[in-house]
Amino acid sequence: MPLTVPAHGPEAAARLASMSDVTASDGSLRRFLHGLPGVDAVGLEGRAATLGTRSIKTTAKAYAIDLAISMIDLTTLEGADTPGKVRALCAKGVHPDPLDRSTPKVAAICVYPDMVKVAKESLGDSGVKVASVATAFPAGRAALPVKLADVADAVAAGADEVDMVIDRGAFLAGHYLKVYDEIRAVKEACRRPDSTSAHLKVIFETGELSTYDNIRRASWLGMLAGADFIKTSTGKVAVNATPPNTLILLEAVRDFRETVGVQVGVKPAGGIRTTKDAIKFLVLVNETVGEDWLSNDWFRFGASSLLNDLLMQRQKLSTGRYSGPDYVTVD
Amino acid sequence: MSESEKAARLSVFKTYKLFVGGKFPRSESGRVYEVTDSKGRWLANAPQSSRKDARDAVVAARKAFAGWSGATAYNRGQILYRVAEMLEGRRDQFVREVGDAEGLSKSKAGAVVDAAIDRWVWYAGWTDKIAQIVGGANPVAGPYFNLSSPEPTGVVAILAPQESSFLGLVSVVAPVIATGNTAVVVTSEASPLPALSLGEVLATSDLPGGVVNLLSGRTAEIATPLAAHQDVNAIDLAGAEEVLAKELEIAAADNLKRVRRPQPVDWAADPGTERLTSFLETKTVWHPAGGSGSSGAAY
Repeated sequence: MPLTVPAHGPEAAARLASMSDVTASDGSLRRFLHGLPGVDAVGLEGRAATLGTRSIKTTAKAYAIDLAISMIDLTTLEGADTPGKVRALCAKGVHPDPLDRSTPKVAAICVYPDMVKVAKESLGDSGVKVASVATAFPAGRAALPVKLADVADAVAAGADEVDMVIDRGAFLAGHYLKVYDEIRAVKEACRRPDSTSAHLKVIFETGELSTYDNIRRASWLGMLAGADFIKTSTGKVAVNATPPNTLILLEAVRDFRETVGVQVGVKPAGGIRTTKDAIKFLVLVNETVGEDWLSNDWFRFGASSLLNDLLMQRQKLSTGRYSGPDYVTVD
Repeated sequence: MSESEKAARLSVFKTYKLFVGGKFPRSESGRVYEVTDSKGRWLANAPQSSRKDARDAVVAARKAFAGWSGATAYNRGQILYRVAEMLEGRRDQFVREVGDAEGLSKSKAGAVVDAAIDRWVWYAGWTDKIAQIVGGANPVAGPYFNLSSPEPTGVVAILAPQESSFLGLVSVVAPVIATGNTAVVVTSEASPLPALSLGEVLATSDLPGGVVNLLSGRTAEIATPLAAHQDVNAIDLAGAEEVLAKELEIAAADNLKRVRRPQPVDWAADPGTERLTSFLETKTVWHPAGGSGSSGAAY
């Protein structure tokens, strides 16, 4: 038996089952989550800030930029999304810089469920995946059957990945088992008829969880319930992905792999707009969980305007001239 | 206060800083260089900008462009006149700085500062008149109204004159922003202090942050990335010596920047409208006019 199995693999279920005593009841789950070590807020913020001061230049920067581009879930989640806009975004995802075909393609295009079909058709066999938010995104305030129907819809339309939101209300009220059961149910709904599954990303909306301790608990809860990825935010609230809250997620996946033997991916989303920010997150990944997570199978950026900044920096590195917004698309 | 107390008072030196995006940052590089008066005596340390400061200044200027070029010409005129008012209020300071920088007597320096303030007022008056001079209706052979109007070029990099540290500076900056452009200005290398003080005036004159950005330092070091920058639309090489000007013009060709070559100028003379029109583009629209077929409706 291999030491570590991927969360989306077939062996993960057995590993998670070894934790069944923890998830047996609301009480045991609460005891476990509240038994997790508390977060040292000052230390956490200090460490995140220190890692943000690393100087990444020249060849390392070029590598980081290409890696970051390949990790982007290029996102459009607006009420005003049209099929045309989604198609344009897909074209951009496949060839982010039409003038330089050596630019890597993005990891996925992230849309609302009703746009999955359009995205799937325009991406074709390009290798770029389609991610769909679901479960009454972004608030998550709907009855479970509605959420499950939302997920089933997205999966039926061809989504490769589903980004669900947890019920923050239930989480903050302490109903951990309810949140756990809901994630399990959504994971089940991600199953396709041919018994493969859409990958499940679980969004905690860290900006609404109030404390760092809660973020750590939510991370473990999500992973115990079978998340393939854990994701910071929806991008729809005031506080989105920050280096400290992403660091907590990274520490959680590191410790989870150590104890349970299952590897889970991490996706910070929202508020990451510049190359400098993106590189800070990559440094966090490298220093916290190491190279095992430095690929788009295990780490993603949920972003839209970040891509343009990465492209401008990439053009600067290849031509030596500062680029400008006239040389990237407006989207 | 007794004599001994007066003598004991420590002098308060001014920290000269850059002016970028309406703020007063130090150089990103943390460097400064010594500025001396015309006789070689130390005056102050000025920030020595790097290419990253130039990049940040261009971002600030681009951000300010939409608002500034979209403001009414009348409003721009009011704001520029306000700048002149503020300059007048700080006249003594500029007289001292210009006198030190250019080795002028107090009365001669005073005359230079007065001329600079008058020039600023003169350009302030041009904001809502330049369109009448260089735009207008064009006669065309067809049933069309054909109208041309001047539009600002965009972000303009300006290498300020090296010798005339204040009057020269005002003479190149005011016409650029009067027409709605935003500017990244590289100050005189040897005498940047009047320019850096001008930043303090601009910051208190209702001029939106980022419309004028002032960078002091080695002209060649800052100008090279500006000339190559893809998001700079034009460059005024007034303060570049011949060899540098040629290099910059080559670098500027890549994105077809509008380039104004250096030429000998008497800064004290009446400038005319030439600098105003250097960084304008002409927009022409054709509008159908006259009878539209059988309906017989006039325009």
